[in-house]
Amino acid sequence: MNLFKELKTLLSENIREYGMYIALFVIFLTFSFMTDGLFMSSRNLSNLLDSTGYIAVLAVGMTLVIVIRHIDLSIGFLAGFLGAITAILLMHAGVPMYITIPIILILGIIIGLCTGFLVAQVGIPAFVATLAGMLIFRGALLQVTEKTGTIIIQDKAFNMIGNGYIPSLLEVNGLHLLSLIVGFLGILLYIYSDIQTRKNKIKYGFEVISKEIFALKVVFVSAIIAYITWILAGYNGFSWTVIIMVLIVVIYHFLTTKTVLGRHIYAVGSNPEAAHLSGMNVKKITYIVFGSMGMLAALSGILFTSRLQSATTTAGTLFELDAIAAAYVGGVSSAGGVGKVTGAVIGAIVMAALTNGMNLLGVGISYQYMIRGGVLAGAVIFDVMTRKKR
Amino acid sequence: MSKYILEMNQISKHFSGVKALSDVNFKVEKGEIHCLIGENGAGKSTLMKVLSGVHPYGTYEGDIVFEGAVQQFNKISDSVKAGIGIIYQELALFPDLSVYENIFAGNEVKRGGIIDWNQTIVQAKKMLEKVKLDVNPDTLIKDLGVGKQQLVEIAKALSKDVKLLILDEPTAALNEDDSENLLELLGELKRQGITCIMISHKLKEVISIADKATVLRDGQTICTLDAAKGEIQESIIIKNMVGREIDDIYPKREKKKAGEKILELSNWSCYDPQLGRQVIKDVNLHVKKGEIVGLAGLMGSGRTELALSIFGNAKSYKLHGDLVLNGTSTTLKHTSDAIKAGIAYVTEDRKGDGLFLIQDIKSNISAANLKGISRKGVINDNEEIKIAENYKNSLTIKASSLEQMTGNLSGGNQQKVSLGKWLFVGPKLLILDEPTRGIDVGAKFEIYTVMNKLIEAGMSIVMISSELGEVLGMSDRVYVMAQGEIKGEMKVEEANQEKIMQLATQ
Repeated sequence: MNLFKELKTLLSENIREYGMYIALFVIFLTFSFMTDGLFMSSRNLSNLLDSTGYIAVLAVGMTLVIVIRHIDLSIGFLAGFLGAITAILLMHAGVPMYITIPIILILGIIIGLCTGFLVAQVGIPAFVATLAGMLIFRGALLQVTEKTGTIIIQDKAFNMIGNGYIPSLLEVNGLHLLSLIVGFLGILLYIYSDIQTRKNKIKYGFEVISKEIFALKVVFVSAIIAYITWILAGYNGFSWTVIIMVLIVVIYHFLTTKTVLGRHIYAVGSNPEAAHLSGMNVKKITYIVFGSMGMLAALSGILFTSRLQSATTTAGTLFELDAIAAAYVGGVSSAGGVGKVTGAVIGAIVMAALTNGMNLLGVGISYQYMIRGGVLAGAVIFDVMTRKKR
Repeated sequence: MSKYILEMNQISKHFSGVKALSDVNFKVEKGEIHCLIGENGAGKSTLMKVLSGVHPYGTYEGDIVFEGAVQQFNKISDSVKAGIGIIYQELALFPDLSVYENIFAGNEVKRGGIIDWNQTIVQAKKMLEKVKLDVNPDTLIKDLGVGKQQLVEIAKALSKDVKLLILDEPTAALNEDDSENLLELLGELKRQGITCIMISHKLKEVISIADKATVLRDGQTICTLDAAKGEIQESIIIKNMVGREIDDIYPKREKKKAGEKILELSNWSCYDPQLGRQVIKDVNLHVKKGEIVGLAGLMGSGRTELALSIFGNAKSYKLHGDLVLNGTSTTLKHTSDAIKAGIAYVTEDRKGDGLFLIQDIKSNISAANLKGISRKGVINDNEEIKIAENYKNSLTIKASSLEQMTGNLSGGNQQKVSLGKWLFVGPKLLILDEPTRGIDVGAKFEIYTVMNKLIEAGMSIVMISSELGEVLGMSDRVYVMAQGEIKGEMKVEEANQEKIMQLATQ
């Protein structure tokens, strides 16, 4: 009974944070039920995560941009443009893949820094500066694909990024061994870090959740990771896209929560004047955040181009808005200083799951847009309401 | 009919338990220029807000009698309708609109719901004549100087058939010529039969123009002086302004001989390109090791600007002059340079530019010295908690835990977090800007005690304060500022409230 009580207070205190996971859970459950389990089948789940990848990495970068109270509308066509450049380098210039990818990422960083220059140094509102960027990159994409139209990529290694899976090593009862190992390691890592955090909190006399609840939480999360691993291992195992996505989230999660740079980003977002008076370099942070956004846009372009195995003239259309929606569903606040990169990824998965599930159910595209819009509005309303209560 | 155009009787006003005005009586005769004088926080602005309906009828006690009738202003437009016009220190003009659009903003000349622009311009010209402003009504406000903008504000008030004009420190931002011009205009308006209430800190102006002067102190009417009786004199006004009892709430500190100079400014001037004017003029000032230097003066006298110009030129002024730190001439280009050089600045506006209100206590305390809790850019959470815990204990910050959001703390505890943040930097020179504004007596005492401990440990403190008692009770040496200049320097033994107030109101 006591346990139940604590669970209740815990939920009501952290409703904002858990709300997103609960929503995700409900969406998954509803769709599995309505599609007779088709939604949670190995093949569909694998597809769903792969199609989330290129939006999820954008949403991670976008979250930081919104945290420092800016916005970036240019990233959609920037991703499309850089994807086309990737295709040209690979297919027309004959540059090998392992050189092409760093070039594209660096190009993304440079373009991001240019946006940063306009916003931080010249003082143009980010909305306008990146709207201009959006038009420019759209034009640039059309320009480079004008003669050839869609560029088909025949580089098998490159196409693996968006379509391939990690090698299985051995198949055990039709399950991919390496994927199982990766999932298992992931669970161990999660349990280890959670126990470590808890230990530290106890050491400093902080309030911690009770042992039972803690155990419940660890078992619950581990079970989810295990379940997803098991499902994915039953199809083709972890795809490279999922691995890249997880890597990006882990790196950015570490950067934002454990480093001085991360602290500076959130400080600048929550009160730029105070950050300046605390000796932080607000301009430098703006550069870094837009630079990272540019790099992630380049990565998104690579993922998308690889997935389609070609660069098209309309690649990247509306990616920026999907990324912004994902970031807001993930709990970022436009007032600045609030928002987690993990939330952004969950947000991206929520939005992708909606599309995927409704496609399976055969819901018309017109209703799909309306429902997704409603979910976005609902998430933000929920966010505002729970914030007010505190 | 009574000779008074305005009688405010027994006005009392509370702000969440704090008394801002208590039983204030304020009477203004028809056709006079009546000055309202008092220290910062004496209640002048609150009284004018009650009068103009910013604080609506029912939120205060007492009566407002205007032109013989008791008034119940529920909103600002009610007082405007009755003929009361108020001009605030921060001008309420639209910089990108023309003079005539501004004069009739909110009071448009309409015919059948459609604005008659020709008539507007004709009327605007009339108003401009009245205030003797010779500009084309098409001119945009942003192309006018502050002095002329002020006149446009007055023209705007006149366009509403104002009978009682209230000006809140009208000359604070003006140069001498513009000030004189404005005072002349007030005299002219008086001849036209318009009554004026002017809030001012510049006693010379008061003496030259006022028919009557009412002094407020701590939310109470102290006296009303009459020029006809020869009562409006500097010494009399100052005596009434500063008569506050100084409580003995300042912890004692053993006075030691101050050490060598750690900071020296010579011919220090700052030009603010955003405001387009000189904010600091030719300041010479020094701070020695182990002393508290009080920086007294009224609001807007340039004290904060001076502090920010020392603190890594935080507002990007154009600087002239020499800044010598520990014997070497230095340029501090960024706040981070200042922190490295051992200077810390605790802001007067802790909610605005001091704290990260949506972050917890520990992140706020570590914010200015993340290097101190990190290795190779990775933060050691445990170290952060340990350090934050230390400051929480030594500064007696009252909070449920270090993870409490600073936005939810009381003013005093917020100030302590702000102080803790800067102590963690380990400064040699601590600049405290209004360190005890808006906090209760107990917390004040605790902050004074901390200051004394720091001085004993060899730190130097510059304390900016509007509270004369605090300046006299805590400082070793006092500088008085007014209009961006240092008007005087004295040892605390030689200082008293009258002396400081006299310099501050020059």
